[in-house]
Amino acid sequence: MPAIQSPGTEEIHPDVALVARAREGDGAAFEQLVRQYERQIFRVAQHITQNREDAEDITQDTFLKAYEKLEQFQGNSKFSTWLVRIAVNESLMRLRKRKTSKTVSMDEDVQTDEGSIPRDFAEWRPNPEQIFDQNELNDILRRTIQGLPPGFRTVFTLRDIENLSTEETAEALGLSVPAVKSRLLRARLQLRERLSRYFRERKEGQPA
Amino acid sequence: MNCTDFLSQLTDYFDGQISPELLEEVRGHLSGCKHCEIVLNTTRQTIEVYRGNEVYEISDELRERLHTAIMTKCYEKKGA
Ligand SMILES: [Zn+2]
Repeated sequence: MPAIQSPGTEEIHPDVALVARAREGDGAAFEQLVRQYERQIFRVAQHITQNREDAEDITQDTFLKAYEKLEQFQGNSKFSTWLVRIAVNESLMRLRKRKTSKTVSMDEDVQTDEGSIPRDFAEWRPNPEQIFDQNELNDILRRTIQGLPPGFRTVFTLRDIENLSTEETAEALGLSVPAVKSRLLRARLQLRERLSRYFRERKEGQPA
Repeated sequence: MNCTDFLSQLTDYFDGQISPELLEEVRGHLSGCKHCEIVLNTTRQTIEVYRGNEVYEISDELRERLHTAIMTKCYEKKGA
């Protein structure tokens, strides 16, 4: 039963109506939800798995699962957060299967502070976009984020790239808010340290 | 506040979720510590450079292909 919106209540997210229609079998409503989030789900899957074919499969599986489980969607979280949660689980499962990385759970890779303690204290040149062309820059950014443990990479992707709130990130990952914050801090500091090699100011006469 | 304390407040500082008293301490530390000021600035730049550049762009062609595949799978499911 769709809620009636009375004046003065909090604004209801437009997805709520779409989800309700999709549940009643409205294919067009579901398709609109797919259109809205397919890019985001693909990006998330690609960031976590670092593999395009996996990301394509995961995107398809995520929406198929969502379609099958639409009845189970509680509505106390955002539909997009719910989708991201499915995509994250699918992605981590895929990583585990491939076993290309030693640790693929959200918990296992948090013991070490290595790389999270700042060592490089140089200012950066103001516009990396002007130092590197777009391809070089994307390449640097990709390689740098690839080097993070999957758990850190995932938190950074959701919070900083996809702009989920800390609470939404926690919900999508099944982590507590403090756990998200601590991973986010280390992810940011590790990325900063690594990017600093490329973006730091150079002294006169130093090779670029 | 020392550098380690400062770092532990960095996330809340970015999120603007820091109590006025702590904010005061953070600012106090920043005014006297060049290293932390640089860490703050370059961490902000780190976030901005990732936000500003879509590292994994998805082409229109790939998007259409994906979209069709998703909808086909879902319709198959429905019919099954
Ligand atoms: Zn300091």
